[in-house]
Amino acid sequence: MNPTSFSLPLAAVVLAPLVPAVINRTKAWFAGRQGQPLLQGYYDLAKLMGKGAVYSRTTSWVFRAGPLVSLACVLTALAVLPLGGARPPLSFAGDPVLLLYLLGVARFFTISAAMDTGSAFEGMGASREAQFSALTEFTMLVSLAALVKLGHLPLPAGVEAGSPYSLQGIYASLTATMWMRYGTVLLLAATALMVAVLCENSRIPVDDPTTHLELTMIHEVMVLDHSGPDLAMIFYGAAMKLWILCALLAGLLIPMRSGNAWLDAGAVIGGIFLLAVAIGVIESCLARLRLLRVPQFLTGAGVLAIVALLLAFWV
Amino acid sequence: MALWLDTLVVLIILTNLKLLGSSRLRACIQVVAFQGILLSLVPMLAGAGHLTPRIVALALLTMTVKGVIFPWLLLRVLRTANVHREMEPFVSYTTSILVGVGLLAASVWMGRQLPLPVPSQSPLVVPLALFNTMVGLFVLVSRRKALTQVLGYLVMENGIYAFGLAFALEEPLLVELGTLLDVFMAVFIMGIMIFHINRELDHIDTDRLSVLKD
Repeated sequence: MNPTSFSLPLAAVVLAPLVPAVINRTKAWFAGRQGQPLLQGYYDLAKLMGKGAVYSRTTSWVFRAGPLVSLACVLTALAVLPLGGARPPLSFAGDPVLLLYLLGVARFFTISAAMDTGSAFEGMGASREAQFSALTEFTMLVSLAALVKLGHLPLPAGVEAGSPYSLQGIYASLTATMWMRYGTVLLLAATALMVAVLCENSRIPVDDPTTHLELTMIHEVMVLDHSGPDLAMIFYGAAMKLWILCALLAGLLIPMRSGNAWLDAGAVIGGIFLLAVAIGVIESCLARLRLLRVPQFLTGAGVLAIVALLLAFWV
Repeated sequence: MALWLDTLVVLIILTNLKLLGSSRLRACIQVVAFQGILLSLVPMLAGAGHLTPRIVALALLTMTVKGVIFPWLLLRVLRTANVHREMEPFVSYTTSILVGVGLLAASVWMGRQLPLPVPSQSPLVVPLALFNTMVGLFVLVSRRKALTQVLGYLVMENGIYAFGLAFALEEPLLVELGTLLDVFMAVFIMGIMIFHINRELDHIDTDRLSVLKD
């Protein structure tokens, strides 16, 4: 345990609301608008925290627990999240599963809270969220498994190895040499993870974060009834989830393993913001898929992940 | 060098999966043409440094036949038959892709079980050949349109060609040329047959041909 390991979650807590703002600015730039200020996420959170919450009489404690538990889960997940070669506070064999299922618990409570309102409209969003996330969870698990299978090259000096089945172990082994040798497999896994990032964070082409049309919303519809501090927690939790998933992908795409934790973590944080720009570009250039097409799209990503895993056994 | 060969093999695998998942015949033809071009590049990279004029000539010839002449012939058939989509395959597209993944797993496993008498230039080529052959066979039995079945035949032939690539340096040029000519004649004749089936019966669904027996 060293000070750098605790600064990783701290960086996430402070910087996470910036990531959606960067996406928004990129989209605004594409549309020829000026866009909201980069700090808008923080202003919104401050505004919402100062407001009171309104609760419907038909809801129970589940509705109130939803945002709180979701936020708690994603904050806990930060404890095992490495940024490239930089070591997280906690690391043990099997922590990728913990990370994915903490996100799963967060999702379960968001869905439960949406169903608790008794609105048919929110139930529809909840059902879609459950369907799509079942497919992406599989994709993420399989692509991480492919990375575990590959990670057996000798590490550069100064990078702490950790257990090969921990996130720290996986990401420490993804060096530039690894890219030179298994670049294609890593690229397949990265593509699958990119689709998972887009779907999990309700981004185009799976979901449109700006829409308010009842037939197309997925995530937005589930949080319609939350207000005040609850909504602030949901926004903050969503930004944090975006941070976590982008960090997983950026750690894979940026093979910077110098041994200096500050340098490695800095490179990955830069990568997270580059990914935010990339997501903005994707959102500006693509249309949302038809809802019937989305499972096909996600299955395609799952197939890429399986191919990556098979090739990892093969090479 | 190995990375480039890996990339080619992965791209060929992905073209197979794309073929299993797409319903538009034009897209299918283009995918198979692309696969032919990728496959013709394999011997140049698998040769590991010694690019003899023979290998280059073989690659160029394969590229022309599989990447230009076949798609041109098939697209012409497509225009005359006026069919654009494979509407109701026996196995749905998503299921086909999943079957494709299963076939890939099977061919990786089989490729490990089969020891080659000659050391192959790359461990990837044999599983790739098996995968292509099985995907081609699967397309042949799971699709209705005669045109898609021709594509299945071509993919299968690509698999056999890939199997030959594992030994391309030993194989005589004459054998390769002979195979290429055979395939060319087959596609040529199948194109003419599809044209005539379509002119007589106004469709190219092969499963409906079985009611014609006298």
